[in-house]
Amino acid sequence: MQKRSLVPILYIVFLLLPIYWLLNMSFKSTNEILQSFTLWPHDFTLDNYRIIFTDPGWYMGYLNSLEYVAINTVLSVSVALPAAYAFSRYRFLGDKHLFFWLLTNRMAPAAVFALPFYQLYSAVGLFDTPWAVALAHTLFNIPLAVWILEGFMSGVPKELDETAYVDGYSFWRFFFRIFVPTIAAGIGVACFFCFMFSWVELLLAKTLTSVAAKPIAALMTKTASTSGYQLGLLAAAGSLTLIPGAVVIYFVRNYIAKGFALGRV
Amino acid sequence: MRKTVNQKAWFFVLPVVLLVAFNAVIPLMTVVNYSVQETFGDNVFFWAGLRWFEDVVTSERFHDALIRQCIFTALVLIIEIPLGLVIALAMPRKGPWVSVCLVLMALPLLIPWNVVGAMWNILALPDIGLLGRSINALGIEFNYTREPIAAWFTIILMDVWHWTSLVVLLCYAGLVSIPDAYYQAAKVDGARPWAVFRYIQLPKLRHVLTIAILLRFMDSFMIYTEVVVLTGGGPGNATTFLSIDLVKTALGQFDLGPAAAMSLIYFLIILLFSWLFYTLAMRNEAR
Repeated sequence: MQKRSLVPILYIVFLLLPIYWLLNMSFKSTNEILQSFTLWPHDFTLDNYRIIFTDPGWYMGYLNSLEYVAINTVLSVSVALPAAYAFSRYRFLGDKHLFFWLLTNRMAPAAVFALPFYQLYSAVGLFDTPWAVALAHTLFNIPLAVWILEGFMSGVPKELDETAYVDGYSFWRFFFRIFVPTIAAGIGVACFFCFMFSWVELLLAKTLTSVAAKPIAALMTKTASTSGYQLGLLAAAGSLTLIPGAVVIYFVRNYIAKGFALGRV
Repeated sequence: MRKTVNQKAWFFVLPVVLLVAFNAVIPLMTVVNYSVQETFGDNVFFWAGLRWFEDVVTSERFHDALIRQCIFTALVLIIEIPLGLVIALAMPRKGPWVSVCLVLMALPLLIPWNVVGAMWNILALPDIGLLGRSINALGIEFNYTREPIAAWFTIILMDVWHWTSLVVLLCYAGLVSIPDAYYQAAKVDGARPWAVFRYIQLPKLRHVLTIAILLRFMDSFMIYTEVVVLTGGGPGNATTFLSIDLVKTALGQFDLGPAAAMSLIYFLIILLFSWLFYTLAMRNEAR
């Protein structure tokens, strides 16, 4: 083994340690957690998971989260597609300013928007629905999707468009039959990022929901407060939130590096 | 790429503009509205002029939070950017291990932020957490709920754990895009590894590094959830960063005027720095 491969290995061990500790806790009983310090669960139990999968108060949280994440991803990417095409192919009045204005929304701290969003979505009657959270998350996901897609689209030579027109394609037929499949990887990466930032965000998701649409991440705070300090349950709920992310990463693993560079390497 | 001038392109951008305007302009106007008014409840408002802005700019609480925020962001950038670069340089470029490395490294990025906080909470507990217990076993007093230094150490370590992968992935994407011919030319010239890094890799990475610094700056400046879950801004106010302070003022005390004024100042600071980085990045791209 080469000496330099030691660096990534050590780094990955460092990354996996907290995850291991979380999993370890999730398989322990409350007694074992509080009474002894053990490196692996001696008293292996699935009780914590059983509670989550049988109590609708818990598992609905996952479904709520997945629901607004899905709405957000579809919405963000579908409106970002034509916009990114316009930015990558045409010059128009105010294009550069518009692009920067979109990016400023990616820079807006969620804390600034928490209270006004609460009032806005209460006023339009969407409070405590997945739509409120999905729409609120488009604030930072649309700019990001436009940025990524624009990067990927700029890598496609303009001759592709021109050849299609010469061959008699109408614009929309060209766009959906030829262009979209060409940048499929970019669309995948954009979806990945929308999924990622909507899935991990909590401040807005928590502010915009109360009962019906509460995300799983917000439910976790209740283990610490109302029902004593159930670390095992908290750990189990946390462990389950790792799964969607891991699944999504697996699908985009070949494009992930390029995607993180926003398609412009 | 040469672009055609076409004003009809506005129709393509329109859905995005409408959605983002709904989400950004209306709330921002609400904030501006609050920032210049005084209220005693019941939706009765009085004109307050720039009083709240003066209050915030001169308040010690805001200064302290701002200073803490700047120190935190500076530390995060100083640690994560070089570390990410070193790891990316050491990663394999070909073979089956590439995918494994990438998937494992991206994992922390997809964990909900409060779960990250909870995870580190469990890891750093002085009696039953692996990290807390190990440090205490070394004979160093470690309790992040009581000592500011321990709290800062845990938070910085957590952020390094959470976000260094972003820098690694960006740098890695930049590195694999360098054509082999560059390295062969360097070999023919007998360049040492340092020279290869300094004159081939670093210039090629300039662009991705700008993106990495930009993203890490913005996100670390807005950090909220992880820290709230881990320390709640404590012990005392030792880890109360700008977002935490803002949420305490706005949603905790319902001091709408000062909170709104603070929001605008906060947003403007981020905007100013990001604009500087952005113009630099775009200038690089134009070259």
